[in-house]
Amino acid sequence: MRFLLRRLGFFVLTLWAALTLNFVIPRMMPGNPALAMMARFHGRVSGNVLAALEAEFGVNTKASLWDQYWQYLGNTLTGHLGVSTTYFPQPVTDVIRNGLPWTLGLVGITTVLAFVLGSLVGVVGGWRRGGKLDSILTPVFIVTSSVPYFWVGLMGILLFSVILSWLPSDFAYDNELVPELSWPFIANVLQHSILPAATILITSIGTWILTMRNNMVTVLAEDYVRMGRAKGLSSRRVMVDYAARNAMLPNLTGFAMSLGFVVSGAILVEYVFDYPGIGFMLLQAAENEDFALMQALFLLITVAVLLAVLAADVLTAVLDPRTRTQG
Amino acid sequence: MADTQTPIVPGSATPLEQAAGPAGTAIAPPGSARRRRRGGPLANLWVAIKSNRKATVVAILLAIFTVMALAPGLIAPDDPESEAFPSSAGPSVQHWLGTTHYGQDILSQVVWGARQSMIIAVGVGLFATVISVLAGVSAAYLGGLPDSVISLVTDVFLVIPTFPLIIVIASYAKSSNNAVLIFVLVVTGWSYGARQLRVQALSLRNRDFLESARVRGERRSYVIVVEILPTMTSLLVANFLGAALYAVLTAAGLQFIGLGDPTANSWGTMLYWAKDSAALQTDQYLWAIVPGVCIATLGAAFALLNYAFDEISNPALRPVRRPRARRDS
Repeated sequence: MRFLLRRLGFFVLTLWAALTLNFVIPRMMPGNPALAMMARFHGRVSGNVLAALEAEFGVNTKASLWDQYWQYLGNTLTGHLGVSTTYFPQPVTDVIRNGLPWTLGLVGITTVLAFVLGSLVGVVGGWRRGGKLDSILTPVFIVTSSVPYFWVGLMGILLFSVILSWLPSDFAYDNELVPELSWPFIANVLQHSILPAATILITSIGTWILTMRNNMVTVLAEDYVRMGRAKGLSSRRVMVDYAARNAMLPNLTGFAMSLGFVVSGAILVEYVFDYPGIGFMLLQAAENEDFALMQALFLLITVAVLLAVLAADVLTAVLDPRTRTQG
Repeated sequence: MADTQTPIVPGSATPLEQAAGPAGTAIAPPGSARRRRRGGPLANLWVAIKSNRKATVVAILLAIFTVMALAPGLIAPDDPESEAFPSSAGPSVQHWLGTTHYGQDILSQVVWGARQSMIIAVGVGLFATVISVLAGVSAAYLGGLPDSVISLVTDVFLVIPTFPLIIVIASYAKSSNNAVLIFVLVVTGWSYGARQLRVQALSLRNRDFLESARVRGERRSYVIVVEILPTMTSLLVANFLGAALYAVLTAAGLQFIGLGDPTANSWGTMLYWAKDSAALQTDQYLWAIVPGVCIATLGAAFALLNYAFDEISNPALRPVRRPRARRDS
């Protein structure tokens, strides 16, 4: 229980750090870029909206920095994230609500899939160390995980979309279709997701394979594995119940820790495929200097990653009795 | 298979040790055992590169990229900025990789682009490693409250998704020149190494040689720099390479979305313009392929070298299958 409490404390602290970064960064930049944005929107937006934007970026306000900070924290925690200037006059929260399902569906599912598949391959690779799978797969995946995500996406488009014209290369569904819960639409969405999903899978799976394999190698040297063998258990039993179960634990923590990297790559993949998720939105917002949307998206992504970390912690606590007794 | 391996007695010299003899003597004058030990880290590095096939291949690749970065004018046939050539031409004798939509020579752009990636890789690698060492080793060595605080900060930096953060900073900074880019990448990239180094340093903390240094009354900074760091050379190298890989990939990503230095010639910026002019849809494949291959090759070089050093520093990870040595002492 103490383990979980400590992790919860970490969650809150990191969240606070992200919130504070979000507050500090625009105020630290030379010549407050938010000012320029304000100037462009003067006269086009109502006084209320302008005042809210001004409060958010600390422009034209006589309030002390400290007061601004508290006001910002209060606004953010109650979901008042401001108004998007790109999708004016939609509030940022509405804009995000449109993009979030696409990202959750694409990036979320693919990441978990990559983790599970990668761990499985890593278990087998570590078990048959020096075997065919181990000697071929490992170097191949070291190379693929050092290739930029977005470029793999570009090559996917080139091969399967431009040359072979098997798969569509952009957006989440065909433009002439209306989003609805019908079979043709879902099939279309799935078809559009194949290339981006494959890109994320190919580039992120290598990490999981490698770490799981190395964990397996370490665990296989433990006495309890030898004990299992000595008892004459089937090698499948030793591999899965004795070695893999224990090798899994550090990998789970590693999963949580490197999720940030995966999300970073996924943003670029969305950009390459013009996939209407929040990563694509983030880049659009950055390009259009839609700072309210950009900052809200940064916060959202951070919170998502933190929640995943917390979930991995809970799972670790369930799977590893040591975390419960030591506290 | 098994017959050829029988002469190797389990527990005899590893490949690393076998190779250490000749290379060591080649560097230090024979007989001066003390000098030889002094040149330790560098000599070990050299031996490691020579004895590991992956490391050898990779060292050659890195050498090529270094030459490209230092003297691009020697290799590149044309001025990368010049737009004087026919637009969107295919490969020809004058332009081996063809030209861009804007009439620039692709080969020249690729060669000149190496400099950006190398500067960023080396810069971020160095600075991030220094910060990782400062944070990780001192946390482990000081222990107690300082350790808790430093570790907490490290973990926070590790978990916050870096790329969105970089996008936020870069878009406020408008155009990011190399200095800004390196700064941002160092700030977001040091934490992983710090964590690894802390674990390694923790395992050393109660060793006798550190105890004796303490008894001798050495200052903490001396102990950390002179006693602890040399024992972690391979980890430091791995750390540098990891940060360099991270920097190459992330910088390429930033340039690709148009947040890099727009005036500089880099592989990521090339890809940005290639996507911008729909190079894939207009049959200008090489424009999109070649810069990516370069980024990937440089990245793979760092990653493979990192992996090779992992194998060298941790014999348990070596891919060679050897007869299992019985450890009944």
